[in-house]
Amino acid sequence: MRVLAFHLMPYSEIDPSFYEKYGPAWVTLPNALFDRKAGYRLYNRFLDELEYADSAGFDGICVNEHHQNGYGMMPQPGVFAGALARRTTGWLALLGRALPLVNNPLNIAEEFAEIDQLTGGRLIAGFVRGIGSEYHSSGVNPTESHDRFHEAHDLIVRAWTEPGPFRFEGKYYDYEYVNTWPRTFQDPHPQIWIPSQGSSETIRFAAAKNHRYTYLQTFSPITAVAKYMQMYKDVANEQGYEATPDQLGWSLPIYCAATDEQAREEARPHAEMFVNKYLKISPEMLLPPGYTTVASIKGMMQAKAGMLVDRKLEDLLDSGMFIVGSPKTVREKLVEAQRQIGFGNLLMTIQFGTLPHDLTMNNIKLLAEEVVPYIKQHAKMSTAA
Amino acid sequence: MTATATSNRHSIEVNGATISYLRGGMGAPLLFLHGAGGIGDWAPWMDKLAAHYDLIVPDHPGWGRSDMPEWFDNVHDLAYFYLDFMDALGLKDVNIAGNSIGGWIACEIAVRNTAHLKTLTLVDSAGLRVVGLERFDIFLSSREAHTRAIYFDQTIADRALELPLEGDALDTFLRNRYATARVGWQPRLYDPHLAKWLHRVNVPTLVVWGEQDRIFPVAMQAEFVRLIPGAQAATIPNCGHVPHRECTDAFVAVLDRFISGVRA
Repeated sequence: MRVLAFHLMPYSEIDPSFYEKYGPAWVTLPNALFDRKAGYRLYNRFLDELEYADSAGFDGICVNEHHQNGYGMMPQPGVFAGALARRTTGWLALLGRALPLVNNPLNIAEEFAEIDQLTGGRLIAGFVRGIGSEYHSSGVNPTESHDRFHEAHDLIVRAWTEPGPFRFEGKYYDYEYVNTWPRTFQDPHPQIWIPSQGSSETIRFAAAKNHRYTYLQTFSPITAVAKYMQMYKDVANEQGYEATPDQLGWSLPIYCAATDEQAREEARPHAEMFVNKYLKISPEMLLPPGYTTVASIKGMMQAKAGMLVDRKLEDLLDSGMFIVGSPKTVREKLVEAQRQIGFGNLLMTIQFGTLPHDLTMNNIKLLAEEVVPYIKQHAKMSTAA
Repeated sequence: MTATATSNRHSIEVNGATISYLRGGMGAPLLFLHGAGGIGDWAPWMDKLAAHYDLIVPDHPGWGRSDMPEWFDNVHDLAYFYLDFMDALGLKDVNIAGNSIGGWIACEIAVRNTAHLKTLTLVDSAGLRVVGLERFDIFLSSREAHTRAIYFDQTIADRALELPLEGDALDTFLRNRYATARVGWQPRLYDPHLAKWLHRVNVPTLVVWGEQDRIFPVAMQAEFVRLIPGAQAATIPNCGHVPHRECTDAFVAVLDRFISGVRA
């Protein structure tokens, strides 16, 4: 069982009334709201939190990529992975780079190889398509998203594994010389993880026999986590192999304090801010045409219609999208879910919304000392799950 | 003539794709190319054109009831497709009228080959950029905001918004949006190379604009008129982005005057 601490690095110093004044935290939220000195404060604070998690008992840490919003401030996540590389000793997961959003995916092959070398092979490399709003922000045509993702993936994996120089002749990317220096430290290449909210196309891609990439279910009700991980196992069976726990991961926000009551009261405003302000997004922003199939769009339109309704902490706890409580409550819920669903990776989002530094550090301390060791001891890691 | 007498849905296979089109009326051929929202079924405004013309109204590849072909990557593919389509139907001396994206496609056809064209009419057309001009973002707006921006007369928008978006209508809406993004997401509804070649349009051209168009402001009309040799302009007052639907009589009148003037 591998447990990582994940940070979104939100712009947490924002006036909570921003949503009422300007709408979603994405695409068009005026960047005049960004205090020029706040980045310095927040980035250094958040890096301190991740470094502490790495030293306190997590198996590693995780950063990710988002563009032009107040929800997650790492448009170039390699900068943060680079800053963390020499100050940490555990896994360094970059989950992930949004492959279709760049014109030259070889830059991503190079960036990941650099981090893998800096860390002596501690990199976990995530590949994503970016979220729908990022197609508005980047100008990349969302109807090309899937094809660009697959082609960029093929290019990057070949750049890591095939002797260069070689030619790459794709529809979107065409190179006379693919010959990346540096090569990756890990042989044949860093582990590849595929974070998703549960698209069947993505699950089939991750579970394919020649990929067997770790599928990471992000911020979803626990019933969806179970359903999509079962889908992964079913695809693996169809392909003639059995999925192992390390091919499955769950990512969710977790908050721990001395008692259940204290944990709820401390988490409540920040969890509700996270869901009801930072994460609230219009269907036009979230689902640009072609980002998913028409069938998926219709399904997501129904599911996401609920996202425009304000939610209380209790709803989030009931659905299993958040886990909040005493160390005992948190570890028991996690072990129960793990034994039921059989995932071998757990990403704990240790800060969410406006959760301040002192509470975040206390959360990390309790999780690292009283939850992580317990889960690692009690997780069921046989494939027979 | 009534709709039932003149309407007729047909389909034809062109370059591996089955294309659905409406055809009705008598007279010189008028190929009408629709905009982003597609065209639907035979409508009253088509009767008025079918009274004077052999009206042909295709669903573009990827829109409505037409196939989404493997080869459909950009607006140039649609331009070459329509050259094939006119060949396949054996059309000669064609009057082309195109609204919005349809106008853009018509321009891309005309800079390539006007051998089968008699006239070109652009109606609140996409295809060019006027640097600095404020535009409406059709992709980031809600269905309501988008529908309201299309019409000057908001009671038409009210009626359009009363129709529920579900079942087949929702499927068609999502297909049309997909095809629109395929053509016009980036660069946003224009071709950076088109302006360089519009001087090649060597058939009589009319550029019609709804004066209150909020999708493409009327300032864009002048740019087409400037770049297409000898192009005439006609502006329809109290009218939005789809004059053929919103101001049918005024639209048919300017179109007839233009085409009959060319014949004379």
